[in-house]
Amino acid sequence: MEVYLDNAATTRPKDEVIEAISWALKNLYANPSSLHRKGLEVEKEIKECRKVVARALGCSDKEVVFTSGGTESNSLAINGLIMANRRSGNHIITTKTEHKSVLNTFEHLSSNGFEVTYLDVDREGFISLERLKESMRPDTLLVSIMHANNETGTIQPIMEIGEIIKKINRNTLFHVDGIQGFGKIKFNVKQANVDTYALSGHKIHGPKGIGALYIKSGVKIQPNLLGGSQENNLRAGTENVPGIVGLAKAASLISEENIEYMRGLKAYLVKSLHECIDDIHFNNGINDNFTPHIINVSFKGIRSEIMLHSLEQDGVYVSSGSACTSRKKDFSHVLKAMGLKEDIIDSAIRISISYTNTREEIDYAVDKINKHLNDLRKIIKR
Amino acid sequence: MGKVVIVRYGEISLKGLNRRFFEDKLLKHVRIAVSDLGKPRVYKEHSRIYVEAQNGNEVEIVERIRKIFGIVSISIANRFEVNMDTIKEYVKNEIEVAIEKRNTKTFKIETKRADKNFPMDSLEINRELGAYILDEFEDIQVDVHNPDILVTVEIRNSAFVYSEKIYGFGGLPLGTNGKAMLLLSGGIDSPVAGWLVGKRGVQIEAIHFHSYPFTSDRAKEKVVELAKILSRYFGKFRLHSINLLPIQKEINEKCPEEEMTILARRFMMKIAERVAINRGCEALVTGENIGQVASQTIQSLNVTNSAVQIPVFRPLITMDKMEIVDLAKKLDTYETSILPFEDCCTVFLPKRPVTKPRLDKILASEQLLDEERLINEAMDNIVVEDIYLDEI
Repeated sequence: MEVYLDNAATTRPKDEVIEAISWALKNLYANPSSLHRKGLEVEKEIKECRKVVARALGCSDKEVVFTSGGTESNSLAINGLIMANRRSGNHIITTKTEHKSVLNTFEHLSSNGFEVTYLDVDREGFISLERLKESMRPDTLLVSIMHANNETGTIQPIMEIGEIIKKINRNTLFHVDGIQGFGKIKFNVKQANVDTYALSGHKIHGPKGIGALYIKSGVKIQPNLLGGSQENNLRAGTENVPGIVGLAKAASLISEENIEYMRGLKAYLVKSLHECIDDIHFNNGINDNFTPHIINVSFKGIRSEIMLHSLEQDGVYVSSGSACTSRKKDFSHVLKAMGLKEDIIDSAIRISISYTNTREEIDYAVDKINKHLNDLRKIIKR
Repeated sequence: MGKVVIVRYGEISLKGLNRRFFEDKLLKHVRIAVSDLGKPRVYKEHSRIYVEAQNGNEVEIVERIRKIFGIVSISIANRFEVNMDTIKEYVKNEIEVAIEKRNTKTFKIETKRADKNFPMDSLEINRELGAYILDEFEDIQVDVHNPDILVTVEIRNSAFVYSEKIYGFGGLPLGTNGKAMLLLSGGIDSPVAGWLVGKRGVQIEAIHFHSYPFTSDRAKEKVVELAKILSRYFGKFRLHSINLLPIQKEINEKCPEEEMTILARRFMMKIAERVAINRGCEALVTGENIGQVASQTIQSLNVTNSAVQIPVFRPLITMDKMEIVDLAKKLDTYETSILPFEDCCTVFLPKRPVTKPRLDKILASEQLLDEERLINEAMDNIVVEDIYLDEI
């Protein structure tokens, strides 16, 4: 049996998505910028796709820019906002638990003379709203805070954060990395004080290499890529049409029902693990402040990579820390920022589900975790 | 008559009565290396090997044969019928190119006259060619001690003119000194050790121990990658992979913790020896070195050594880490070796390993294990791969 539980890293494309992409490859091969009818056909289809993604975000289709994925969306937002609104100040704020695509962009900005405040998080990964208020200054140009954390699923209170920011300094821009949140949390960008919101295709059963950025209408932003006038002059380069079609199809499959299903499955997984495993340490919570798809758990004494490779023998795929950094030897910066002890971080496993997983799969995975844990603990008893 | 690649081999020519055997091996390796380049003519003549280039593929030929053990140096020469005017023309051409490409200011001509029937002697030829060059080019001078370019003229049954010498690794042709089994880990040392033994004409096979699932498939992939780099020097060879984890588990369960590493190493040696004998290898090769880690003290090496009957070659035994790193860089394994995947299992790494083990104590610990069964089970699960040269 194969049980794929690494959905925070990548989800498997849904059949409908694969069909839509293959249809697009076959039929929508013209360049949407071409003047002929064939080009117009493709342009129209992209327009439809943009509407679908806009609906999922709760905004107007004019506010959606397609990019090559989450990293580019974050980069376009952060660099683009800063470059276009340079006069608002020199101070920028983010958190210590952001994804590397945000953190490394901030580090780069810091080495280029920007003053950066990195907000701490508590034991569960939440920032302190008080601390955010204190950090805000008249020259705060940008705040970038992720919606949901990719390692722990911690959901930051974006609505409140947006309000706080705009109340203190209405010139301060607010970017949200929504890559793990999109499709997992009921959220409407229009109802929140959010200027930009990033999302990615392969986290919602769409293809890799495609993402989008919500840019609130009226917000000034500078493109990262220069070239043609595609995407309203914000993202040059011939559109990734099959990707866009796939992303739209995947976005159309987002539903409250699926979110509720995941929530139930996660609760079931947590309960099952609790029931059969001793000395288990949950690094995140299961209430509504956490996404319905991620659990982060430590099996003390067993290095996460060993557990991961043990499980893969039975076709169970999980992640150690976050997939992007698990190949490096250094510890997860997220769990470290949460103040977890070294042995807890060293043995942390991220199990991330999707609405395509079943209870049977969870039973199988828990059974295998239990089996390997018993074996491994016997070996590493001293 | 066109471009010809001259291949020189030094040590082989000292081999007296066995010389033919060594030369033929080398000839064979050169032939194999260039066989897919339109089967150029490869032949032996006056203690050198010649490869005739076709359609300007001489640089490709050099690139192919540069790594063959036993080759001391290589030159790309123009070969033509002996005639003083033609010689002048080619010498002039060499110098012209050098002036254009490398801003050459000084030159020297060196003539080797093997054909004593040629009317002028070497010094006369040098003098005449030198005078001719000084006439032809304005800003160039003779420097007999440290010239920017040395043009060599050889007069044999045909004439050769060349000015560059590309150095090979020397040593002896592969297969002239039997076969050995290399214990290949994912680290920096073992590929270098294998290469050094190969340089002395010893063909290798390799054996790799892993501890899956305590180590990952990526670590295993890295070893295959290293083996592929080695196959640039060794050609196709066999890689045997063995999971040591069941043995490590049993040691961990039954023996003193601090002896974990040394006991595991003795098992590796014993298994390697059996595989070696099965595969017609007459020695083991390891990347061990005095004092590099706790398991490489003289006492530890002694205890490991006594696990096997066949000789164990440790070509790195006295080298400093930096010397090994330099060699690894030279043979192109370094970048792969330092990829951060674990090789041997660090989970079982004892907190305080014995650094001066006593053989009697180690043997007593081994008595606690069902050695024969463990080794047989490990041997039953060997995974064999033939490593090909799939890149140049």
